Amino acid sequence: MSEATTAPPTATGEPRGRSWRSVLQALELDTRMLGMIGALAVIWLFFNLLSGGAFLTPRNLWNLSVQSASIAIMATGMVLIIVSRNIDLSVGSMLGFLGYTMAMVQVNWLPNVLGVSYHEWYIWVIAIAVGLALGAVIGTFTGFIISYGGVPSFIVTLGGLLVWRGLIFRYAQGQTLAPLNETFQLFGGGPKGSLGDVFSWILGLLACAGIVYTLIAGRRRKRRYGFPARPLWAEAAVGVVGCAAVLAAVWIANSYTWPEALATQYAQAHGITEPPGGLIIPTGIAIPVVVMLGVGLVMTYIATRRRFGRYVYAIGGNPDAAELGGINVRRTIMMTFTLMGILAAISAVVQTARLNAAVTGLGTQNELDVIAAAVIGGTSFAGGIGTIPGAILGAVVMQSLRSGMLLLNVDSPTQDIVVGVVLVAAVGFDSYLRRRAG
Amino acid sequence: MTMQPHESSDLDQPGGQPFLQEAEPPALPEFRPPTGPAARPSDARVPLVEMRDIYVAFGGVHAVEGVSVDLHAGEVVGLVGGNGAGKSTLIRTLSGAHSADSGQILINGQPVEIKNPRDAKALGIETIYQTLALADNIDAAGNVFLGRELSSRLGSLDDAAMEAATRSVMGRLNPRFRNFKTPVKSLSGGQRQSVAIARAVHFNAKILIMDEPTAALGPAETAQVRDLVTQLKEEGIGIFLISHDIHDVYDLSDRISVMLQGKLVDTVVKDRVTKDEILAMIIMGKKPGEVTQTELAELHS
Repeated sequence: MSEATTAPPTATGEPRGRSWRSVLQALELDTRMLGMIGALAVIWLFFNLLSGGAFLTPRNLWNLSVQSASIAIMATGMVLIIVSRNIDLSVGSMLGFLGYTMAMVQVNWLPNVLGVSYHEWYIWVIAIAVGLALGAVIGTFTGFIISYGGVPSFIVTLGGLLVWRGLIFRYAQGQTLAPLNETFQLFGGGPKGSLGDVFSWILGLLACAGIVYTLIAGRRRKRRYGFPARPLWAEAAVGVVGCAAVLAAVWIANSYTWPEALATQYAQAHGITEPPGGLIIPTGIAIPVVVMLGVGLVMTYIATRRRFGRYVYAIGGNPDAAELGGINVRRTIMMTFTLMGILAAISAVVQTARLNAAVTGLGTQNELDVIAAAVIGGTSFAGGIGTIPGAILGAVVMQSLRSGMLLLNVDSPTQDIVVGVVLVAAVGFDSYLRRRAG
Repeated sequence: MTMQPHESSDLDQPGGQPFLQEAEPPALPEFRPPTGPAARPSDARVPLVEMRDIYVAFGGVHAVEGVSVDLHAGEVVGLVGGNGAGKSTLIRTLSGAHSADSGQILINGQPVEIKNPRDAKALGIETIYQTLALADNIDAAGNVFLGRELSSRLGSLDDAAMEAATRSVMGRLNPRFRNFKTPVKSLSGGQRQSVAIARAVHFNAKILIMDEPTAALGPAETAQVRDLVTQLKEEGIGIFLISHDIHDVYDLSDRISVMLQGKLVDTVVKDRVTKDEILAMIIMGKKPGEVTQTELAELHS
């Protein structure tokens, strides 16, 4: 035992005994990520204790997942922007502008110009396509001014924050646009905007298959080049824990059932006679959460497995080295903003769909939550450091704090104070750990 | 010195290097191709690199004024001068780090345009910068392949292949190198240097530029770099060694070009001059023929 704890890290990755350190080493897990998961667990248990068990209920956790989705989606893009030593303060206004435009397309333009009703099935496709395209254009434009115009991103996006919000008020004139296309509404979640139990299980099983495949493929690749691989027990442990976590999440989402009134409505509409005690319909994973997971997966792939992502990190680590390495730094920076625009559009879909309306204040102050999520998730303003899963977890931590305090009837100013203190403390603690680790 | 009259006529390069003759007509006969042990048959061929009459100015300050240097395959040319002499600026135009205001660069006798580091690399010019130019947050393989990543058919990065290639090139350069998974930030100076060198040699460079390659290294690592330079030279690579200290490059160089205040003092065959004479070039800007014994003696006082 004592020998194992003092032993230097072995190149072969084989555990020398069963001390915690060697076990962790063999598992090759990201300790920072584990620390964040641990912190989240503490927060959850804390609120559960204080609220008398009201926090860790399927209903609350399901709500938490939906509430985190929109911020988490944008936080994945904010990571790349902060990693490359920039900032985007305009995401909230951009989201509002894009959400308003998509609502306008459904409610005004298509019905008035083409004379088609917003009920038509294809309306949502057009609205979302317009939103994504416009998001990409706005983002690219912002990025162009930053990288080719040489104006600092802080200034350009501060301007964007004002401009996009101003434009909403100019062409909305205080109007709220509603209702929206029924299919479009599903992206906001709610009992109807969820997968239900069968599809949730299928998604869960697919995720498990993905985990197992990734582990096997990774092992095979290491074998091919003769690199040391994790011991088999470690691979199995990672696989089992990963799959268990996925299936547990699905089980919780399915444990949250439709509210009684809605279930009764559904039963009547479909001519089902309600059993005594009411019809039980499992909600399953909400569609915005599925969107968020999809975005997280794609963004992780982009960040870690594509040239573009590698360049973003290289620029953040050493812009001169990136330039001398032949990387087109300006274009890469511009593209991070293009991506941010697209992600703001996706979040705009989620938020407007959830409200089933576009309001002029949509997305106000979202930029602060998004930046906070990325930073709590371990993204460093010094550049070059930050992960997509970390940012998603950061968004969940932020939302957990807010929703927990809401459950405890903490008033909104106090909530802000707590979130502010936690943000600074988390980053302070993180940089302390980093300094100590060298 | 490459700009020998017989050489230009041999290779039919009209107008070849008149500037040098203007600059130092009396010096020319003194520095014909060496016939001693350092003599190379390649001297009669077209130089691998020729930089002609390069000018670089930064906001009105002339960092490099009409400098011409050249380099043959399998040759080491030391480029020396004090701080601010313009040697790094000159050579960065060859690396593509910035462009020259005027002048011409020829590779194997062909005029080329080097607008950015990518152009330089496409021509087989690799540079080891004084700062090493490493992205600290990325691991060794990521740095070796920075800007030239290997990818699978679908465009995903093939990290395993890059790591394998890095391991194999490291096995040659620095067999004790082990930290393939950690960001290069946590590596020692020598290890970081190894990564920078690995990046330069992995891509089959024809021309290698080393800017102060041993400035930050201990004696053992310096010896390693020296062995490497000798080995690469034997492989036929042309090497520019840049240093502010003549002692760093004297032993390794075949020829030495000295710069002072943005201008070329002279290019000499190392075996024909003493260290003191080169020192006089660096400090006083005087060519070996022009410097007096008194002045040489003063260098040591």
